[in-house]
Amino acid sequence: MQSLPDSRGHFGAYGGRYVAETLMPALLELERAYRQARRDPGFRAELDYYSRQFVGRPTPLYFAANLTARLGGAKIYLKREDLCHTGAHKVNNTLGQALLAIRMNKRRITAETGAGQHGVATATMAARFGRECEVFMGALDVERQALNVFRMKLLGAKVSTVHSGSKSLKDALNEALRDWIATVGHTYYLIGTAAGPHPYPLIVRDFQSVIGREVRRQILKQEGRLPDLLIACVNGGSNAIGLFYPFIKEPAVRMLGVEAAGRGLNTPAHSATLNAGEVGVLHGNRTYLLQDELGQIRETHSIAPGLDYPGVGPEHSYLKDTGRAQYITATDEQALEALELLARVEGIIPALESAHAVAGATQVAPTMERSQIIIVNLSGRGDKDMETVARARDGVV
Amino acid sequence: MAPKTRISRKFAELRARNESALIPFIVCGDPSLDDTAALVETFEAAGADLLELGVPFSDPMADGPANQRALARGLAAGVSLASIIGLVRELRRTTEIPLILFGYYNPFFHYGCERLCRDAASAGVDGLLVVDLPPEESAELARPARANNLDLIRLLAPTTPLERCREVARAASGFLYYVSVTGVTGARAELPADLETRLRELRSITSLPLGVGFGISTPQQASEVAVFADAVVVGSALSLVLEQHGHGVAAWSAAGELVGAMKRAMKTARAAAASVA
Repeated sequence: MQSLPDSRGHFGAYGGRYVAETLMPALLELERAYRQARRDPGFRAELDYYSRQFVGRPTPLYFAANLTARLGGAKIYLKREDLCHTGAHKVNNTLGQALLAIRMNKRRITAETGAGQHGVATATMAARFGRECEVFMGALDVERQALNVFRMKLLGAKVSTVHSGSKSLKDALNEALRDWIATVGHTYYLIGTAAGPHPYPLIVRDFQSVIGREVRRQILKQEGRLPDLLIACVNGGSNAIGLFYPFIKEPAVRMLGVEAAGRGLNTPAHSATLNAGEVGVLHGNRTYLLQDELGQIRETHSIAPGLDYPGVGPEHSYLKDTGRAQYITATDEQALEALELLARVEGIIPALESAHAVAGATQVAPTMERSQIIIVNLSGRGDKDMETVARARDGVV
Repeated sequence: MAPKTRISRKFAELRARNESALIPFIVCGDPSLDDTAALVETFEAAGADLLELGVPFSDPMADGPANQRALARGLAAGVSLASIIGLVRELRRTTEIPLILFGYYNPFFHYGCERLCRDAASAGVDGLLVVDLPPEESAELARPARANNLDLIRLLAPTTPLERCREVARAASGFLYYVSVTGVTGARAELPADLETRLRELRSITSLPLGVGFGISTPQQASEVAVFADAVVVGSALSLVLEQHGHGVAAWSAAGELVGAMKRAMKTARAAAASVA
């Protein structure tokens, strides 16, 4: 199997570098800097040190005995990314890219954020490494995620509210790109998911692959063999690609992404890009997109704020087309039920995003043999979602 | 060799008269396609040499607030590439002014590159400019563009190293569009001090006409740039004038006056520079 992406950032027909000319030299510079860093033992040692001492890696691979018994099929293991510093896998990427920013002598770090998790993880690294930080966030999200806005400010970041377009994550990304076009000399743009122009999908995949590498080691130690199925939620898809990628050359290991079906795929209120989208170009890469018949980008919905983006990382588009991974969906209601189930039987409250992966497991585990093994990426913890869940269930907080 | 396009003929004509081209940018459907048609006529009468027709997109990543609002109005009016091409077909009954479709890639890609080039060329479009389509990714549009004798206008930025400019220029036709500022579209109080130096550098690597855009909003700025550039593009400033005058007839004539004032200032500055030389 050829190693992807190719030298110009393509995963088959997907990926690439679709940006304004002003940014092209910066992307070429970033690619050079990253390729050098990747080969540098000093950089790898530093990344490893902070991963252990600051982020708290390795995270446990936890056998969910009660959930397994309840579903009555395959053995389910949870990869506990929810135990990372700042509460989600996002920090694996922000740590790596922040170290890269320092290596490139950039004094300012910017990011887009939807729910605020990536913004918090970026602000955290900017605080730790003494860099100026500005996070762009849609006006609707600023309103919905007031607590994360406060966390970012507490960490010393400037939070800029974006009022353009649909006032959500895609518009925050637009604004972060506009900012970068104007500040490209001294600013490092730290994208939060495995999407965007090359080399970002490659960089984010590499930094998130620590998840899959650990799982591989851990499951070999705990079970003496590789798993049968990997499950992760997918929107941009960084936690999923981080889990999947180290197993990509193991044909016996199947991969299942779970997209957000929101209020149902038969309504416009979802963000199931791979299941319901068409190929297009947005935010620097060619990939599946939710768009209308004129190629205008559609607004999306998911109860999980981190799954509310109309695109998907280009490598997932490639994995879908080649059949290497399959992508199913879970609705808001299914995600809520999965969250409640995991809370009650395992004492773990997952993020609403990760609850989509758990919902996927509840669909497929009962159809599998008891001897088989599923790994579910529990990408984040649910504290941030308690208001949303309470409102959805009782109408009160 | 492909037959000459309206764009290259226009630049040859202007060179013979020692003029720099003025290229106003109009967002299609802001707030209706009838307005767009009226503005084409008004701007040509006021002295515009070529026109850029902005294709609305939901996520205009390289545009500042003024053009973002104009593009959103165009979207709200429901314009599409098909209706814009239809407008061009109508316009071609009465004008020979070179017309360039200016937009972001997804609507073009979604329409289909082959089909777009065929339909646009047969309607009378002369060139395409796609902000987020660098040469590395442009083969699928460049091929049918060339086959249909459409110029694919390439962008160069202040951040583009000279070696890369050379590569971009090699694949370009029509003219080269130099983005004057490191930033998004929108009026700037001052243009970069090294603009003239940059343009002189570019002259050494290409014989294509050089246009300058982004940030130019006043007759004074246009006249300064016209002395050393083959074309000046004005966009956000016009979107703002139209917005401030509430669109309609009064807004058209206010925007037309700005276009006229820019073109007159550009001509005067060129003539003065020539007499000094």
